[in-house]
Amino acid sequence: MKEIVILSGKGGTGKTSIAGSFAALARNKVLVDCDVDAADLNLLLQPEIEKEQEFWCGYTAQIDPEKCTQCSICQNLCRFNAIKDFCVDSISCEGCSFCHHVCPANAITMRENLAGHWYVSRTRYGYLVHACLDIAQENSGKLVAAVRKEARTIATKNNLEMIINDGPPGIGCPVISSLSGSDLALLVTEPTLSGIHDLERVMEVCRHFDVPALVCINKFNLNLENTRQIERFCREQGVEVAARIPYDDVVTSAMIRGVPVVEFSRGQVSMEIEKLWNLILEGFESLPE
Amino acid sequence: MLITVASGKGGTGKTLIATSLAISLKNTYPVKLLDCDVEEPNDYIFLKPVITGNDPVSICVPVINEQICDFCGKCAAICAYKALAIWGKQVMIFPELCHGCGACSYLCPRKAISEQPRIIGAVESGYSGKICFVQGRLIVGEAMSPPVIRKVKSHADKNAINIIDAPPGTACPVITAVKDSDFCLLVTEPTPFGLNDLTLAVNVLKRLEIPCGVVINRNLGLRNEIEDYCQKAGIPVLLKIPLNAEIARLYSRGITLVEGMPEWQKVFIELFQRIQGIVYEGNSNTEW
Repeated sequence: MKEIVILSGKGGTGKTSIAGSFAALARNKVLVDCDVDAADLNLLLQPEIEKEQEFWCGYTAQIDPEKCTQCSICQNLCRFNAIKDFCVDSISCEGCSFCHHVCPANAITMRENLAGHWYVSRTRYGYLVHACLDIAQENSGKLVAAVRKEARTIATKNNLEMIINDGPPGIGCPVISSLSGSDLALLVTEPTLSGIHDLERVMEVCRHFDVPALVCINKFNLNLENTRQIERFCREQGVEVAARIPYDDVVTSAMIRGVPVVEFSRGQVSMEIEKLWNLILEGFESLPE
Repeated sequence: MLITVASGKGGTGKTLIATSLAISLKNTYPVKLLDCDVEEPNDYIFLKPVITGNDPVSICVPVINEQICDFCGKCAAICAYKALAIWGKQVMIFPELCHGCGACSYLCPRKAISEQPRIIGAVESGYSGKICFVQGRLIVGEAMSPPVIRKVKSHADKNAINIIDAPPGTACPVITAVKDSDFCLLVTEPTPFGLNDLTLAVNVLKRLEIPCGVVINRNLGLRNEIEDYCQKAGIPVLLKIPLNAEIARLYSRGITLVEGMPEWQKVFIELFQRIQGIVYEGNSNTEW
């Protein structure tokens, strides 16, 4: 079984449009939306939910006003400034339990958080594991770990060879959780100075976690000079630029129609994505099991 | 005043809005731009600030004095993040899991735990002309951005117009960035992804009770679902920026909209005046 994750550092470079197209092109796979706090892959794949699971994670302190003697010990010790006027600000509370352990009146209990839900769905392209983090919840990294684990279980049970993870933007907690243990990271960038800066950072994360990377330059014709700069940078880093996808309105039109772009148009965008997918497959076939 | 520029979906134009708003106001007000997208800070590309200060951001992680420790296991039992474990006559520490709450060192019965700062990022500050500039930078490989974001926000000046450029998404980094704002501008685009992620972001702001308005970027000129949604939700659409190749080209080269196309400056000043109206008159039209 091989796992590929699509990342970008910068948001809005086209991760989900490419993941959606891979869904249409790949066989014997499980799809995972690892962007649990702004999940969009379902908008292209129209999933029918088969299984829904609550995701309980982390704790929030709760003060019983009946028992509280207003001694202020908790307020003084909390490093997250989460207790004001003997009330817990549930948004600032990081669930460390320090207050619960030090309260001399035993007035503070820790409540487990319902932090979100995750789903196993059927789509016309196979299984999709996706999730929804609740409002103002932490632990997006742990929710990513939960959906990835479920995807591996499904892949093993159904003898599926591949897991395709659509990752979140950035380089922090949910990105690390999406990346760690993957066989390949596809980094989707765009020829803007922001895109280049963010690509450099996410490539460093891949190196840090020892995951091989491939780069795809999306909308490459928006700024050819920047595209050349990305190519130069990748060469220096020993990372292959596996695809250059031109800017084309068909990507947005396909999204509005709610279908992967490779099924919507037979133009150059679709051809490049197909080529990219074949390249990834060849790469996987040459890897040892 | 504290104005945050946020969006559920990434790549919709937060940086474009934050930098152009800061430049448009700099001759009228003291302006501070706080780049809280500490995983991928980009505002500096556009503002080219002179950086004069660089402060490390650290969280305090436990250090065990093994001469005093009797391996009672209390620290491991109370740590909510499983950042400590007892293995025979050894205490194992996993610093990357530690949130720096301080419970273990305070509660250790033998006072065998001290704390030592672990650097996870930096806050850089300086000037870009009249704009006071601050940005956070998470070290690559680190998972926890909120402490860096909090440190950036500690530079906010109550006598200035503070503009926060927030990270994408709706999870804890966004909450940390947007919390305590007087107003939040949500930047979106007229696509199904843009709409879906906008509704998620609006729910976050409802929960935080922060008034908000919407900027539609890459607008196609047609009435779209974003406007229908905003009307239903009672959220004002404060600005529309058209889909335009020249705007995209300026962005790709790291040039702000108002510097590349100065006619936009007036639009951003009007945007600010509308925000001011909403904040000071409590006239947000937001029905929650």
